[in-house]
Amino acid sequence: MHATPDGLATNRDFLRAVFCSMLRARILENKLSSLYKAGKIVGGVYLGRGQEAVSATLGASLLQGRDFFAPLIRDQAGRTAFGESMLDCTRTYLGSALGPMRGRDGNIHRGRPQSGVPAMISHLGSQVSLVAGMLFAKRLQGDLEGRVGATCIGDGASSTGAFHEGLNLAAVEGLPLVLIIGNNQYAYSTPNHRQFACADLVEKARGYGVGGFAVDGTDLMACVSVISEAIRRARAGQGPQMVVARLLRLSGHGEHDDGFYVPGELRGGHYGRDCIEVAMRQLVENGIAGVEEILEWQEQFADEVQRAVAQAQQEAAPDPYLEDWTALATRFPQPCCQPAAQPAFP
Amino acid sequence: MSVTYIDAIREAQKTLLREDPRVFLYGQDIGTFGGAFKATKGLAEMFPDRVFDSPISEDAMIGLAVGAAIEGMRPIVEMQFADFSSIAFNQIVNQAATHFYRTGVPIPITVRLPSGGTAGSGPFHSQSMEGIYSQYPGLIVLTPASVSDAYHMLIDAVALEDPVIFCEHKFLYRWLKAKSINGDHLPIGQARIVRAGKHATVAAYSAMVHEAVRAADRLQQDGWDIEVVDLRSVKPLDIDTVLASVARTGRLLAVGEAFPWGGVTAEVVSRVSEEGFHLLDAPPQRLNARDTPVPYHPKLWAAHRPTPESICQALRKLLTF
Repeated sequence: MHATPDGLATNRDFLRAVFCSMLRARILENKLSSLYKAGKIVGGVYLGRGQEAVSATLGASLLQGRDFFAPLIRDQAGRTAFGESMLDCTRTYLGSALGPMRGRDGNIHRGRPQSGVPAMISHLGSQVSLVAGMLFAKRLQGDLEGRVGATCIGDGASSTGAFHEGLNLAAVEGLPLVLIIGNNQYAYSTPNHRQFACADLVEKARGYGVGGFAVDGTDLMACVSVISEAIRRARAGQGPQMVVARLLRLSGHGEHDDGFYVPGELRGGHYGRDCIEVAMRQLVENGIAGVEEILEWQEQFADEVQRAVAQAQQEAAPDPYLEDWTALATRFPQPCCQPAAQPAFP
Repeated sequence: MSVTYIDAIREAQKTLLREDPRVFLYGQDIGTFGGAFKATKGLAEMFPDRVFDSPISEDAMIGLAVGAAIEGMRPIVEMQFADFSSIAFNQIVNQAATHFYRTGVPIPITVRLPSGGTAGSGPFHSQSMEGIYSQYPGLIVLTPASVSDAYHMLIDAVALEDPVIFCEHKFLYRWLKAKSINGDHLPIGQARIVRAGKHATVAAYSAMVHEAVRAADRLQQDGWDIEVVDLRSVKPLDIDTVLASVARTGRLLAVGEAFPWGGVTAEVVSRVSEEGFHLLDAPPQRLNARDTPVPYHPKLWAAHRPTPESICQALRKLLTF
């Protein structure tokens, strides 16, 4: 038997919810890929294909409205599981002025920081200390109890200074940070052996003095078991927890990249398997969901995606003539505190 | 009784901690030790839950501050030296500075940078970073030159909704004294005329204000009345006060301690040239540090930055054009 995510839901309902987020994300991202290839999306499209089990498990295990979740590039499934509306995604990709980023930022650089979901910046590793800071604030406000903050990075980001500084700081402060490293074996085109020299990234956890877990990221049941345990420990006050999920990116870095550099034997190997197919088998074999039912979900989600895309496409783009071209919340000149007297100088 | 510039900064932080529960201090050696310059001396004892020693992780210090600000806090981060903020550059300019524009959620953090040169500090403990941060949208960059401004501008900085780069001058820390921290309390974004004159305008900020006043005092003996404008805030830049001064004097010298390529003095000169070309009787001049790293030896250091002598020289050239 697999562990039940602690206090979250029954195993059955939880697994169904995680799977639905995986499927929703996959169908949505397939559509985004088509839109990009049809020239309907400016910039880039970055998929989480192959990483849905890890991401959705994390998103679904966090408490909406209480926990913090700083998603990264390949976290469409986690965002979905954590309650992001599909429109937030399509509006940001398609440049609707009504999206959370209002055309000021695009694609995966989106979030709702006031609702516990920071908007990632492209500089990898930067969100680790930011989530630590959100948790730190809650500690100062006396409201940290039972709360965790999670963020995801890839194998590439584990080489950054920001990763090191952020994780070390979170460990020093003893914060309930859950850090998921999706080791998809390629940082853009750079393979693991050009990224780090330790045998497994999970070895780093020991050096930082944080909890460390390794999991097969293509195996939904394993992800649920391991990630929920990591979250449980963080929530129980055992400090930062690091989970290294081994998997393979089943797409290029972005849709502009065909990933030709990933050797065929890797694609055909264990980690090259599709986590959604694995999850589907696991759900069906354990009587958690039926094949018919899954096909129905597929249709339902495809319909949701069509509607979210159509709506975003019909919405107005941001208007440069109406844009408030200031990056500051403060308006200058500031009101005078008191009338300026004679020139004074101490 | 007199108050030094560093006293003012410590008092401001004490006032902020006392009056605003959202404020906390985060930085290296700022707890029991009281900070490398003692800007937080005694504060950890008074506010043990709100003054924190940080690891030597400038990037993560700012990341933490941004996250805390999202959740309603008003962090003040002390960089031990302005120079080390280069390690935090990414979090400052990409995370903090872009946040309000991108998401609509403001980031009210204050980053204190002990800035500028002192004799013997060398290339990595002497830098003036204001020009670099001013280049980025979304940041407010303050450069107080007086004891009163050090106090009031720090209080005002924390009240602002935006990230503030607060450039304190290390040379002024103990050298600059005043009878009290009381002052005219001009709003952020307004320059101050610290010395009235009619023959030329010197626009300066931070420690260079004092060097400019010294130069002006010397030239007074030769009959020249030099007006000195303290910019106070380099971003936003109160170019109106500078233009109004240039309208009276017809001549401009911009003085800064930062490296000469671009920066605050270049911005002042270019804006005055653009908006006040008709006011100028001579080509506007700039005086900055030299285009080398800040040297260690006091003799080299003294010749690297603008001094009353070099300011006088630049002014004489300007006045006799």
